[in-house]
Amino acid sequence: MTRKTIRTIPQERTPIAVQDPAARVRNFGEVALGYLEAEARREAERCILCPQKPCSAGCPVGIDIPGFIERICEADYRGAYGVLAESTLLPAICGRVCPQESQCEAVCVVGEHLEPVAIGRLERFIGDMAIAEGWTRVTEVEQNGYRVAVVGAGPAGIACAADMAKAGCEVVVFEALHRPGGVLSYGIPGFRLPDRVVEAEFGKVSQLGVRVECNTLVGRLVSVEELRDEMGFDAVFVGTGAGFPRFMEIPGESLNGVLSANEFLTRCNLMQAGSFPATDTPLHMGRKVAVIGAGNTAMDAMRVALRLGAAEVHCLYRRSPEESTARAEELAHAGEEGVAFHWLTAPVEILGDADGNVRAVRCVRMELGELDQSGRRSPVPVAGSEHDLEVDMVIYAIGTHANPIIGQTSGLQARDGGYIAADADGRTSLSGVFAGGDIVTGSATVIGAMGAGRRAARAMEEYLGILEPRERDISDPEQPRVFGIDARQRNFVRLRAA
Amino acid sequence: MYEIVAREDFSPTTFLLEVRHPLLARAARPGQFVIVMSHPDGERIPLTLADFSVARGTVTLVVQAAGKTTMQMQRDCTLGSSLHAVVGPMGNPSRIGEPRTVVCVGGGLGVAPIFPVARALKEGGSYVVGIVGFRSKDLIFWEDRFAGVCDELIVCTDDGSAGIKGLVTDGLRVAIEAHPDIDEVFAIGPPVMMKFCAETTRPHGIRTTVSLNPIMVDGTGMCGGCRVSVGGKMRFCCVDGPEFDGHEVDFDELMRRLARFRAEERLALERWQASQGHSGAGVPA
Repeated sequence: MTRKTIRTIPQERTPIAVQDPAARVRNFGEVALGYLEAEARREAERCILCPQKPCSAGCPVGIDIPGFIERICEADYRGAYGVLAESTLLPAICGRVCPQESQCEAVCVVGEHLEPVAIGRLERFIGDMAIAEGWTRVTEVEQNGYRVAVVGAGPAGIACAADMAKAGCEVVVFEALHRPGGVLSYGIPGFRLPDRVVEAEFGKVSQLGVRVECNTLVGRLVSVEELRDEMGFDAVFVGTGAGFPRFMEIPGESLNGVLSANEFLTRCNLMQAGSFPATDTPLHMGRKVAVIGAGNTAMDAMRVALRLGAAEVHCLYRRSPEESTARAEELAHAGEEGVAFHWLTAPVEILGDADGNVRAVRCVRMELGELDQSGRRSPVPVAGSEHDLEVDMVIYAIGTHANPIIGQTSGLQARDGGYIAADADGRTSLSGVFAGGDIVTGSATVIGAMGAGRRAARAMEEYLGILEPRERDISDPEQPRVFGIDARQRNFVRLRAA
Repeated sequence: MYEIVAREDFSPTTFLLEVRHPLLARAARPGQFVIVMSHPDGERIPLTLADFSVARGTVTLVVQAAGKTTMQMQRDCTLGSSLHAVVGPMGNPSRIGEPRTVVCVGGGLGVAPIFPVARALKEGGSYVVGIVGFRSKDLIFWEDRFAGVCDELIVCTDDGSAGIKGLVTDGLRVAIEAHPDIDEVFAIGPPVMMKFCAETTRPHGIRTTVSLNPIMVDGTGMCGGCRVSVGGKMRFCCVDGPEFDGHEVDFDELMRRLARFRAEERLALERWQASQGHSGAGVPA
């Protein structure tokens, strides 16, 4: 095979088919439709398979990116899935929601000259194909007798749970809500991450033998210490996230029609308020909506509002587009769908009518000043620039704090803001208790949380003294039958290590 | 699934459900609440615990059929049926503290949940004056249970058909006159009742703890729908409460926020009543 160079590869990034903005803003179907096989093959050809692999280093879970792309070039899709599955549990999810432009694609060598390889779209292509084809990488592992509890069925917890199950532990995941998934279920809307994708990816975790107990509020129902000391769990992982919504403490925040993006999205996604009154959870959708903030959560809230019939949706952000933390694709999609962006605009007060309902938001214009702690130029109000924007719904999407419940109910050492103090591998101040994801780092990414869950799993294996698990892949059809029994039938008893 | 092992109807609108949940029964403390979903498409509704028994492995909820969800529960939550979700206990337990003289006030929906608070205070060595309010004599429930855990019990009815004629605040005035040494009042009930209990005790400087019942979705600190103003500060009822200093709570704001979904509640109720083929007789307006 001749070596590919920047000159020999397809120069243009392969576009991905999307639903037309005018049509999609009236439905909850997925916006980006995914690559067809020929498109994926073409885009895969754009990877020059450079030996230094900066993309893998840029991936929080270290996926062998050229490895899986090379297999797409060879039309060995199952092989590509095998490479992905070495590192990530949820490729169909991460291909959709990772901020690739600031991770793998940001350091892509091709990207130094052309648009970088569309790594996320290729990952999604393989992840979707694995779901459609029913590919899994289920291994039959000798049980080692250890029991592991995972608190929170979001990305961090599920990643930790899967690795501990693969290591031969009995794993129970405790989830406070009535459905697993964490932010993937309550936060990210279906047009960006369809429920069926979350269900399919989580289904693979159940196949590993992981049990998920919903409606279980660890901290209040049983404490972290009780899980470890009384309920027979040898190790505990805490991945409760940073879902506590922030407000600004400006006048008018208690008016009716002011809500957090978490409340708005939870009502719409988890509770299906868009189907009210066929479902029971109400929303009271506004006609003119202001969303404060310009991160991914703000984009999600604005685009849900449009789909639920809002006539106007305004994005208020005190900084400029360059400082937005949203994925480039989400910003672009929101703009196409008709969001009105008010950059360098900060709310100072929410105004109400006589009945206590929102009628307007008072804003000031900002200009950018000195660099702040986050390395972004900090916005400064422009004197005399107050102006009112008439709206009847205001949604706060300006970030979140640590969930306080574990901090309130356990002896775990916290750091500022209620986040759990943990080292890089998730070890906390309590022996046998590990933590990772947003509850340690503050609000970050799905893939970052997964990476933290996996690192904590390795530390947990070390803590438990688990040696290399004896496993064999039972999902590979080429795997020889064991003693004449098809291992995939699972018609034999699992062994429990003495 | 969470099986209903006992049901008792106190009135045409108020009913008791005893739900099997041994872990919850073991963890529950007075003053805490649970979130219930009666069916998969249902709302998550917060209900303050009315009782819990480790021996029986159950928790007890008392529900008032006031809207679509609770009316559907009244119809469907029969003995042997199951609730789709019960999660808790949520919120901080009541502060039982040192033995002292306390008054426990329960009105409307708050009658049942004040019971475990009164019982725990009594068990903790306090002198407990119970005050419970009903519309009329035939709606009274648990009078014997309250009598068992209260040193004194004042029953108030709107129409005077039992106990003293008047609101629980009238009962509270009687108690304050009789006991100049009251250390704390606990009040659970409709916001307007708790507001006036707090106004009744304010001139006497009696510490007054109220249990708030704002609209919430998850109950775990995630949605912020339950934010209330206490002493001018925003607090989340689910994780900071549900009990707060009644003299510091902005009850008018709470009542306004409770009306957030009034239009939707009316629509859901009308649809429900139409589907049930009745006009909603016996349902409070």
